[in-house]
Amino acid sequence: MALSEKIKNTINGIRHQFPTEQALLLPTLHEVQNEKGWVSMDSMRDIGEFLNLPLSKVREVASFYTMYKLEPQGKVDVQICTNISCWLNGADKLVSCASKKLGIHAGETTADGKFTLSQVECLAACGTAPAMMINEDYHENLTEESLIKILDQAKSDLDAGKVVGKDTRKDGVWP
Amino acid sequence: MMYNNEHFEPVITPNVDKPNCETIEFYIQHENGYKALEKALKMKPAEVVDEVKKSNLRGRGGAGFPTGMKWSFMPANPVDANGNPKPKYLVCNADEGEPGTFKDRLIFTKTPHRMIEGMIIAGHAISSNKGFIYIRGEWFKEARLMQKAIDDAYAKGFLGKNILGSGFNYDLVIYKGAGAYICGEETALLNSLEGKRGEPRLKPPFPAQVGAYGMPSCVNNVETFAAVPYIIEKGWEKYAKMGTERSGGTRMIGVSGHVNKPGVYELPMNLSINDIIEIAGGMKGGKLKAVIPGGASAPMLRADECNVLTDYDSLAKAGTMAGSGGLIVMNDTVNIVEATYTLLKFYEHESCGQCSQCREGSHWLARMFKRILDGGGTQDDLDYIAKICGNMAGQTICAFADAVTGPALSSVRKFREEFEEMVMKGGLKGIGRTESVSHKMVGAHV
Ligand SMILES: Cc1cc2nc3c(=O)[nH]c(=O)nc-3n(C[C@H](O)[C@H](O)[C@H](O)COP(=O)(O)O)c2cc1C
Ligand code: SF4
Repeated sequence: MALSEKIKNTINGIRHQFPTEQALLLPTLHEVQNEKGWVSMDSMRDIGEFLNLPLSKVREVASFYTMYKLEPQGKVDVQICTNISCWLNGADKLVSCASKKLGIHAGETTADGKFTLSQVECLAACGTAPAMMINEDYHENLTEESLIKILDQAKSDLDAGKVVGKDTRKDGVWP
Repeated sequence: MMYNNEHFEPVITPNVDKPNCETIEFYIQHENGYKALEKALKMKPAEVVDEVKKSNLRGRGGAGFPTGMKWSFMPANPVDANGNPKPKYLVCNADEGEPGTFKDRLIFTKTPHRMIEGMIIAGHAISSNKGFIYIRGEWFKEARLMQKAIDDAYAKGFLGKNILGSGFNYDLVIYKGAGAYICGEETALLNSLEGKRGEPRLKPPFPAQVGAYGMPSCVNNVETFAAVPYIIEKGWEKYAKMGTERSGGTRMIGVSGHVNKPGVYELPMNLSINDIIEIAGGMKGGKLKAVIPGGASAPMLRADECNVLTDYDSLAKAGTMAGSGGLIVMNDTVNIVEATYTLLKFYEHESCGQCSQCREGSHWLARMFKRILDGGGTQDDLDYIAKICGNMAGQTICAFADAVTGPALSSVRKFREEFEEMVMKGGLKGIGRTESVSHKMVGAHV
């Protein structure tokens, strides 16, 4: 199994912008993460082959950054910020609320594989705290009511076969 | 209201509340966009550097290093071992990850062209032909907005070959991080930009000698670049006059926490913290208790210390720092031990792990605070905290370890009674507070 043509094309399209092959590692990991939802050992091997890098290099980088998930995630990744400004504005209540609503703790994925819930550190949205991310989209100035509404919407969108939380993505275009 | 500085005018944000302010058309039509670039390209690089030096612009990324001086450290005609010329790179630090700091995001989404223009001018000033914008990975939308802005600037001939007929070539490339606070540190950022783990490098060599991809490089913050067009357009004097003797211009202050109107405010530097809280709508939900004036790593100030001015030097004299301009306001419903633990948990998670003092120290501190919250703390712990901090600050590859000690030390020093009470009464429960969810280690903490 190799990387998809789409990923290869995207990365080949930006290759000329960087002086080294290794510089393409983060972009390629991003594309794999987007396409598959996580970065498996097989994907890392494929990336290594594609960029002429040893697997160990790919692994050490993939495991350093929190955005690369080394295990399968839910289709909807709910990440609530609990750092200082969000915390001061009641982020912990939001975590409880989401936890109750989804029936999982932070750090877990629902049994149907639809939702993952996590606490994250600072989204640079302190002025519109509390904030969270759903996949690639920010949601700010949250209340328990708006949180529940957003989760409900995500669920019905997902059930209707829509892609959730990637509103601005244009495939094949980096970034 | 309290803008008692006759020279003050917004440099970066005059129009950020207007519709379509992020477009190139708006920037050109209403903000004299890219006129400064035209002017700069007629100046010699050294003249541009000189103008910025005299403006007293200091870096807005945290350390406040004079920008013109940093640019002048770049070697003029670097060559490799074989005598061939080496490229020079300019890097924009848009990794904004300091808790409490959110000003760069506003610049990115509302006035991206101001930053792009500043970066092209800086490129000319240090004779570089290529710039990288390193954006924090969570900013998917922001990265695409910036890419659109870059594409538009290319289309209008402000980027690319022979810009405005001057013979100067400049390319801008976006690079996305992947969720690591430490990549805001400039040498960690360079490693990350090379596709490696974001681990800070030992200095020397400094980036001006060995930077991105081994080439001489200069790293500046988003806001720093965004200030440059104004300086070139209106002249250094006007910019310098707005600030203090040792620091020119305005500052973008992100006010968050317990205020009625949190947000980013562009302000003169001769305002006190109390003034800024007033401007941000005043206190919400209680009386003022403590303020962190410059992003999470700046030492805290007690309410009675908030009459201090917010320029670099006044804050330094008050034992804290202007840092990255994130002003976090806490009211008297906040328990300081809990608030500090929130910050320490962050640092524990984000230490890159290269230095044992930092890796172990940030872990210990977080655990000690947790133990105190859980009711297992002792009086000795409070002295021990200072000891651990003493072994961290100034002993490591980068300033991250120092940053950890900011909240840890200042909170124990300034709110010692609160710590003692918590130790004596057996933690949060003992003082009648319930443990917040975010303080429980729930599942994998990512
Ligand atoms: C732990 C740590 C985190 C940092 N994070 C950022 C950041 O998010 N953004 C930034 O511009 N500078 C950050 N800095 C400061 C940079 O290392 C560097 O000083 C700055 O980007 C230089 O730009 P300036 O001269 O325009 O301020 C950080 C420094 C440290 C030690
Ligand atoms: S001080 Fe901490 S973050 Fe900085 S290099 Fe050392 S371990 Fe890494």
